[in-house]
Amino acid sequence: MNIQEKIAGFFPEASFEEGEILRICIPAEKFHELAKTLRDEFGYDYLVTIVGMDWGESLGCLYYLMNTADHSQISIKTSTTDREQPAIDSVADLWRIAVIFEREVYDFYGIIFVNNPDMRRLFLNIDWVGYPLRKDYDENPELNPVSIENERQSDETYVWKRENGKLVKHTERVFNDDDFVVNIGPQHPATHGVLRFRTAIDGEIIKKIDVYMGYIHRGVEKLCENLQYQQTLHFMDRLDYFSAHNYHHGLCLCIEKAMGIEAPRRAQVIRVIMDELSRIASHCLFIGTYCMDLGATTMLFYTLRVREQILDIMERTCGARMTFNYSCIGGLMADIHPDFVKDVKELLAICPKNVAEYNKLFTGNIITKGRLEGVGVLSHDDAISYGITGPSGRASGWACDVRKTHPYSIYPELKFEQVVRTEGDSMARFKNRMDEIQQSVDIINQLIDNIPEGDYCAKVPKVIKLPEGHWFQLVEGCRGLFGVYIESKGAAQPYRLKLVTPCLNLASVVDHITRGDKIADLITIGGSLDYIVPDIDR
Amino acid sequence: MFNFSIVTEWIHNLLASFMPGWLTTTAECVLIGVGLLLAYSLLALFYIYYERKLCAFIQCRLGPNRVGPMGLCQVFADMFKMLIKELIELKHTDRFLFALAPYLVIIASVLSFACLPWGRGLQIINFNIGIFFLIAVSSIGVLGILLAGWSSNNKYTLIGAMRSGAQMVSYELSVGLSIMTMVCLAGTMSIPGIVEAQADGWFIFTGHIPAIIAFIIYLIAGTAETNRGPFDLPEAESELTAGYHTEYSGIHFGFFYLAEYLNLFIVSGVAALMFFGGWMPLHIPGWEGFNDIMNYIPSPIWFIGKAIAISAIIIWFKWTFPRLRIDQLLKLEWKYLLPINLFNLVLMVLVVVYNLHF
Repeated sequence: MNIQEKIAGFFPEASFEEGEILRICIPAEKFHELAKTLRDEFGYDYLVTIVGMDWGESLGCLYYLMNTADHSQISIKTSTTDREQPAIDSVADLWRIAVIFEREVYDFYGIIFVNNPDMRRLFLNIDWVGYPLRKDYDENPELNPVSIENERQSDETYVWKRENGKLVKHTERVFNDDDFVVNIGPQHPATHGVLRFRTAIDGEIIKKIDVYMGYIHRGVEKLCENLQYQQTLHFMDRLDYFSAHNYHHGLCLCIEKAMGIEAPRRAQVIRVIMDELSRIASHCLFIGTYCMDLGATTMLFYTLRVREQILDIMERTCGARMTFNYSCIGGLMADIHPDFVKDVKELLAICPKNVAEYNKLFTGNIITKGRLEGVGVLSHDDAISYGITGPSGRASGWACDVRKTHPYSIYPELKFEQVVRTEGDSMARFKNRMDEIQQSVDIINQLIDNIPEGDYCAKVPKVIKLPEGHWFQLVEGCRGLFGVYIESKGAAQPYRLKLVTPCLNLASVVDHITRGDKIADLITIGGSLDYIVPDIDR
Repeated sequence: MFNFSIVTEWIHNLLASFMPGWLTTTAECVLIGVGLLLAYSLLALFYIYYERKLCAFIQCRLGPNRVGPMGLCQVFADMFKMLIKELIELKHTDRFLFALAPYLVIIASVLSFACLPWGRGLQIINFNIGIFFLIAVSSIGVLGILLAGWSSNNKYTLIGAMRSGAQMVSYELSVGLSIMTMVCLAGTMSIPGIVEAQADGWFIFTGHIPAIIAFIIYLIAGTAETNRGPFDLPEAESELTAGYHTEYSGIHFGFFYLAEYLNLFIVSGVAALMFFGGWMPLHIPGWEGFNDIMNYIPSPIWFIGKAIAISAIIIWFKWTFPRLRIDQLLKLEWKYLLPINLFNLVLMVLVVVYNLHF
């Protein structure tokens, strides 16, 4: 008996859409029960994302779930036709990350999640008029003028509850009156971008953190809805700018899957090499900035040497050091530079020596151990509940590497280890990245001598129109799972393009693992999670 | 070895020959004050350059190299920039305390600076409890830091000041006790007396084991006293932006900045005084020829050279180690350094009583 029949047995009102990932359509009133059943009975313990949708006649959400034991995926679709006060039951009690995901959907679609403990806007300011991703959103700039005053701030949050069949809005406070609240950010050296932690402290001890996001929210998802598929690509460079190649890869794979084409083998190999080079560069920068946050400034210069070398390689091939824009639909924008192989080999030769040097200078240091070991412990179950993927999730014992769990491109052919540690503390997160550099070096070593000859790009039409349907693609970014959801109505523009980024989860878990620790630990923990702010805000 | 008291006495006699007594004293005070401040600021400028170059060396960089030959004029340019910057007045600050704080810090620093033994006969403040006086005035600095943090009316500065208070008060103990250990060996608190006691060998050699322990503790505690890495929590830039001096600008900030570098020199200078003989040249008993050659090197060069060499170690600390956390910092002091220090003091007393030193 397959899962579809089992669920049909439990929920006769459910209908199913088969496809790459099974989609269960369920009326809103039965939704919470279904989600609970899926989590408890079927082991779908990881909420990958919540995609808010406006189908015109109805508003609703798509929930992508994953079973962390067998890596199977399933999705739930639920919707409501009420456009005035759309309401869906919250699943914040089942998955803790749902609090943030639901806030995002509320922000963009105005869907109220009943029983969500923190129903505020997430990215837009609190006085924003309208819900921008609704299809009937009024873009008139007079409604939301550029403010020359400070934005209104509020310490209030809302909880919606169903009482006697009606929705009631309760007002609650984020902080108590006698809390000593310090703003860490939005301009602060340790937040690595414009992110703001409102931190309630008692002496040096952290009582509560309220993460305030959206300072560089650019509305990438909304912008994509009005652009052709090729034009959406360059936004991927601007999310997590250290995983630019990986994110490009993800979106290209998703569109290619929808078009039913495959990139030539040469392009696939080069894409994987670029992904892994990005990973080395990203982890090197992480190590450097992290050590700098902890006061060991010198490490930054040692790690930047390797990163510079990688950026030089990228510059020669892609023509840029930051926003590469290298992968395109069907393959690559351009062929590799003639010296590419030579340069990469030089890099591979020095990488292990450098890692050994970092370990010698920093990892074994007694002060480092005191600062990192046992600080910010994230348990295995919490990591899944918060959806913490990437090196941070693997530090908590959760083997969540998409390259292994949902292999894409040529990864199934490659030999590499998934670095997993079980301590879950900052030290494990730090060491994981150190070890992943070595794994990436191994991967590139397997490929660099075997880049096949041939085309670097498949033939694709000038105007790409995807058939009607929806597709979901996961790839491994440098900081965790990156997902692309595309829904198409057959036009040259996506009807909905949702980006699932790992850093949103990383930033939301900060409150959970810093409580009771010192202010200095906030920097240790935040740094070890290694979130990138444009990736949070999109 | 040239005795600088010849020069100072000549100046005194010259002034006394055409001035009444009270005017002579006043004129000498002014002269010394001007000389002291000049030396203070020049040394601070040198130290800024020195640290930047040394740090650049550690980090595989070049450091300042554009302004003037080898970037030598960079620090002067920086100084003028700081002098002409606007002093920003903030709302809701305690203006009197806010303005007072940098002066307290710099006064504490200048006073301790004046105690240092610059060379044979070059001693500005000299009385029988000189080293005690030095410890006393150097601890005024923490008051300025606390005031700065409090009067800025900013949460970061307040946390920085709190940390700084806890840190400096704690490490004052270790500094004091390790100096006390050496005072036991010297048998005097007078600064020229301590230097003279090392004529036949620096204390780090003659005091052997307890002196080396005291030196290591002093170096750690002294680094903490100056708020330098790995003990730079009061101004941990990744946590508290700039700690207690976040809200200061222009020359007010410059005072904190100068005092920080000069405190580095003072801590190294005191280490040179207590463990490496102050201005006393390196003398090895029995090697008369060698000792004579050493005597030809002028005494101020000996003193400043030693201080700069010890500073290099402290700078090396800063650019190598990550920062401690406040609880680890206090644990290090109260659970490790203090008991070791007390034990070491007893050890030194035994060494002195039974005449076990060289």
